[in-house]
Parts: sequence; C-alpha cells; structure tokens
Amino acid sequence: MSMPNQSSMENSALVENPLSQHGLKALFPKHDIIYLAILAVFLGILLPMTLDIFRLNLVGKYLTYAFVAVGLVLCWGYGGILSLGQGVFFGLGGYCMAMFLKLEASDPESTKIQSTPGIPDFMDWNQITELPWFWEPFYSLPFALIAILVVPTIFAYIIAVAMFKRRVGGVYFAIITQAIASILTILIIGQQGYTGGVNGITDLRTLLGWDIRTDSAKYILYYVNFILLMLCLLAAQFVRKSKLGRLLVAMRGREDRVRFSGYDVSSFKIFVFCLGAAFSAIGGAMFTLQVGFMSPSFVGIVPSIEMVIFCAVGGRLSIFGAVYGTLLVNWAKTTFSESFPELWLFAMGALFIGVVMAFPNGLAGIYKSHIEPLFSRKPKMFEKKPSTPKPASAPEPVSAEPPSIPGSISAMGK
Amino acid sequence: MSEKKAAKDFVLAVEGLTVSFDGFKAVNDLSFYVDEGEIRVIIGPNGAGKTTVLDLICGKTKSTAGSIKFRGMELTKMTEHAIVHNGVGRKFQNPSIYEDLTVFENLELSFPRGRSVLGALFFRRDAEVVEAVEEVAETIFLKDQLHTTAGLLSHGQKQWLEIGMLLIQKPDLLMLDEPVAGMSVAERKRTAELLNRITKGRSVIVIEHDMQFVEDIAHRVTVMHQGKTLSEGSMERVKNDPKVVEVYLGH
Repeated sequence: MSMPNQSSMENSALVENPLSQHGLKALFPKHDIIYLAILAVFLGILLPMTLDIFRLNLVGKYLTYAFVAVGLVLCWGYGGILSLGQGVFFGLGGYCMAMFLKLEASDPESTKIQSTPGIPDFMDWNQITELPWFWEPFYSLPFALIAILVVPTIFAYIIAVAMFKRRVGGVYFAIITQAIASILTILIIGQQGYTGGVNGITDLRTLLGWDIRTDSAKYILYYVNFILLMLCLLAAQFVRKSKLGRLLVAMRGREDRVRFSGYDVSSFKIFVFCLGAAFSAIGGAMFTLQVGFMSPSFVGIVPSIEMVIFCAVGGRLSIFGAVYGTLLVNWAKTTFSESFPELWLFAMGALFIGVVMAFPNGLAGIYKSHIEPLFSRKPKMFEKKPSTPKPASAPEPVSAEPPSIPGSISAMGK
Repeated sequence: MSEKKAAKDFVLAVEGLTVSFDGFKAVNDLSFYVDEGEIRVIIGPNGAGKTTVLDLICGKTKSTAGSIKFRGMELTKMTEHAIVHNGVGRKFQNPSIYEDLTVFENLELSFPRGRSVLGALFFRRDAEVVEAVEEVAETIFLKDQLHTTAGLLSHGQKQWLEIGMLLIQKPDLLMLDEPVAGMSVAERKRTAELLNRITKGRSVIVIEHDMQFVEDIAHRVTVMHQGKTLSEGSMERVKNDPKVVEVYLGH
C-alpha cells in the first residue's frame, strides 16, 4: 500500500526506530529462531540417529498429528475458535491420498481374481462393477495432490462461511464441528462400497511404482513429513507475527471492537479456520503415506478431541509447544495403552482436565515461567517486565480538589 | 424538510428511526440532525434508548424502520465495517480495548490500513504507522506507556486508549458513549480538554450523564425519553424546559 517513493525514507527512519519490524528479525524475534533450530535438530537429526526404523516410523505418524495441532494453535489459541472437528480435514486429506494409492494398487493384473478386475477390492466385495465417477480423477497424482489441499479447504470454507457470517461462535461452533465429524464418520462407514467402510482404504503399496513399505521409503517419507512440518511451522509463524496474528488475539477478546475498527471479523475467522484445515489435510496425507492406510477412526469425534488435547498439552499459544505436546501425548498413549489399554482413555481425560486447570498454557507455559528465566540472567529481563500496573500518569489531586458539586443540575443524571 | 436538503446540509440525518425488540420500542420514531463540526450531547434517564441510538448508527443493531443518512449515504443497509470505512467511529460504554496487546499494538490495529485478510497478512509497520501511533499516543497522554500491556492500564487510561483508537481512524463522525464514566475528577478534566482538542474539524455525538461535563463541551443537547426526543437545543434552553426538568433533571 505504501508508495514506492517512500520506501527509502521509510528504511532510513526504521533503522533508528526501535519499533520497526522487518525481515527475519521480525519473523523470529527473541528466541523463536533458536526454538525452531532445536526442534529441527531434535526431529531431523537426533531422533533418526537414535531410533530404529519402527520407532521412527511411529514418530513420523505422531508428527502427522502435529500438523493439526499447529493449525489449532492459530485457530483456537490465537483466534479463540475451538474446533472439535479437525479430524474431518485430517481425514479428507488422508482419504484423497489413499484414493490415489489404492487405484495404483488395484491394477487389473493384481486384482484379476476379482469379479471386476481393476477396481479397488472393497468395491468388488460390495458388488460394485464400475469405478464411481468421483474416483476417476484420482488416477492422476497431480490431481490427488491438489485435492489433498483443496477439498478439505473448500469444505472448511463452506462450514466457516455458514457459521461465521451468521456470527455463530464459541461453544456452538465447537458443537457443530463435532457434529460434522460424527456425520462424516457415519457417511464413510455407511457408504462402504465407495469408501471402504469401517476398515477404510487399506493395502496401499506403491507411489508411482515406488514401494512405500520398505525401510528406505519410510526414512524418506519421515523426512518429507519433517520438511513439510517445518514449512507449516514457518507459515504459522508468519501468520502469528503478522498484523493478522495480532488481530486474531484482539478478536478473541473484543470481537465488537475489531468489527467497529473497520474489519470484517468473519473473513479473518474464515481464513484462519481454512488455514488450520489445510495444515490438517497435509498431516492426513502424510499419515496415509507413512502408515499405509486411512480409516474413519481418524475422522470422528474421539480423534478430533485427541488432537485438541495434543494442542492443549503442548500449549495452545505456542506452535513449537504443540509439536512437543503431540509427541509427548502420543508417546504416553503408546506406552500406557500397551500395558493398560482400558485405562488409557481415563488417563487422557485426566490429563486434559489437569492441564487445563493447572497449566492453561501447557508445556510451553511451564517452559516460559520456569525454564526460560534460567537461561537469561541478564538484568534486561527485569526491565522488561512491567512489575505492577503503573498508576495514572497524573497523581490524582483528590484532596486538592474536593468532589465539586458544579451547578444546580450536576450529578442528578446519575 | 426534504430528504435532499437533509442529505446536503447535515453530516448526520436521522429520520423516523424506530427499533423494536419483541414489540418493545427502544427507539421510537426518532429524528435529529447533526451539523458539520457540531458537538451533540444526548442525555436522558436510564433506558431512554441513548446507547441504542449509537448502536443503530454504527450498525450494531438493525433498525425496524426509518433512515440514517451520513453525508447522504444510507447507513441502515450497510455492514458495520463499511460504516467505519465511510468515516463513523464509535467508542463503547465500557472501555473496549485489547487487553492482551500493548498500547502500541492496540493503536496499530486501529490504523486504517490493511483491513482485508491479505492486507493484514502483509501489513508492514512502516514509518507512517509508527508516526501516527506516536502522535495519537501523545494526544491521549499515553506516550510513555506504548509498550505497556493494555490490560495493566488504569480505568481512565483505558478510556483514553479507546478514544485514541478512534482518533487514529480519523473519523468524520465520532460517537462516544459515556467517555468520562468511572473517571476521577482530575481525569475528567483532562478528558474534557482532550475532547475539546480532538473534536475540532469533526462532528461528535456524546452520551453523558455528568452535567458539568455536558455543559463544558456541548453545542447542542438532545434529551431522550422513552425512545423519543423530549427536547432539543442549547444547554440553557434544555435546562429550563419544564418537560426535561420533570422527567430527568428536576429531582
């Protein structure tokens, strides 16, 4: 918006101005770049070096949920929009990927024992003799990749427009998203012939002829997943540090004030909800690739709420915290549910309640209040903290000016 | 009173404005006109419909009947943000600021640029913005508090901050709902001073109960009662109107 001839003047002014926010420093103020580097080293070097491929593949699976959690940080932590239906977008992304892989796995050669060779096995079991029209385009990988992003985003857009333009928010929105998650699960299970039903789409083998089940493929997919997650974190950081990020915080508390400052509040909510959906969809697609199947059990209410718990445990205001939270909860889930499978859900519920009550900002909040101060012993720390609310700039001369009773009619209006 | 004339001569022309909540008419066939550069104060007993009038003008509440013309533009059909874009700013009764953000960020968000999604995403905090923020902060006595989290400000400072958030929008019509409510005597004085300074060159509608304050700033006063205009004119005239004395002032 600024005029081009101004830019040189601006830059010179900004050098001196402590308020200026530009370039890399603006995107990663304070310690954020260190946190990102630590996370990158941890996920990209440390884990692959220390874990065997089975465990690393598990971590890769957990990290696909981290995409959802990062999206939730923006949506819920920043924008105050609690969605209990992120599994819908995770699932849609995953199914788009799975449809492509399934078609590739269902060539006439390997499905020749079916009564209709060349279609996915579950269709054949359901007496379907022709590939449904909406499956056709998924023969193309470019189409599938675009669909992974576009289908969930458009679906999120429709939900968001319908809700936010009508100013539906808060608990109502959460309940509606939960209902949508439930409806989609029922739809997928009910339409067995088209979706694979409750088993989902299984037995995925190759991606353009490249076997995704081998150990080397798993390493490569882990790194693809890792790089995509880093890119999503960068995108989230960009949004967080832009004026839009501050607007989301503003909207969370004072929606009306934002509206009467000239912003169309609903358009910002729609944007952030769609962004969260797109992140989730990438996670879903990577899940399918790494785990080798997709099923309705990753779409419904329970997984959607689990994803919110990952975000809450990590800290709903911290995109890095969300990643650690996801890893931690999933690691706990795997460990505990191996030994006490029936207790896990209770433990999860207790964890959620405990975190919300005791540590509303999750792991990131604990880190900020307890660990960060240990690192920075500089006296600067203490300057920054506004210790107490400063009194009004002018000391109020109450005694000098007795509550006047001005004029005959003053104070009567009260 | 032809509509054409109204549209041309007045900044704001409210005609036959009515809003009904389940049959209760909070504002009932109300008409008034605000001149260019005028400071209009609306007074009246609790429940007279004063705040509702502001809600109707800024689009928060949709009218049942009647028209609100701002510089000839019909506001009743516009969205809230379009009304703001056309130059109407509104301060709420309770200080409505972003408590989690700093004073600087509060003002910056109110700066009228980058109001679309993409605009906000690629908004740059350039010299123009910083200058505007600092200038307004100086006006509202908060220059030293730019980096204070707004939630830590005193009540009076919050009121000033919200006034500042309006100022930075440079509205042509400024609507203030009880700007000195809950302020100390010293703060009231400074606020009156502030308002006198910032109202130059723009039209202002103020709702206020503090009569001393009203006398200090008002050009004209509209007294509302049960959703209607009870009396209108200079403070002197209104004060001596027997009807006004009866329902509002003469206890």
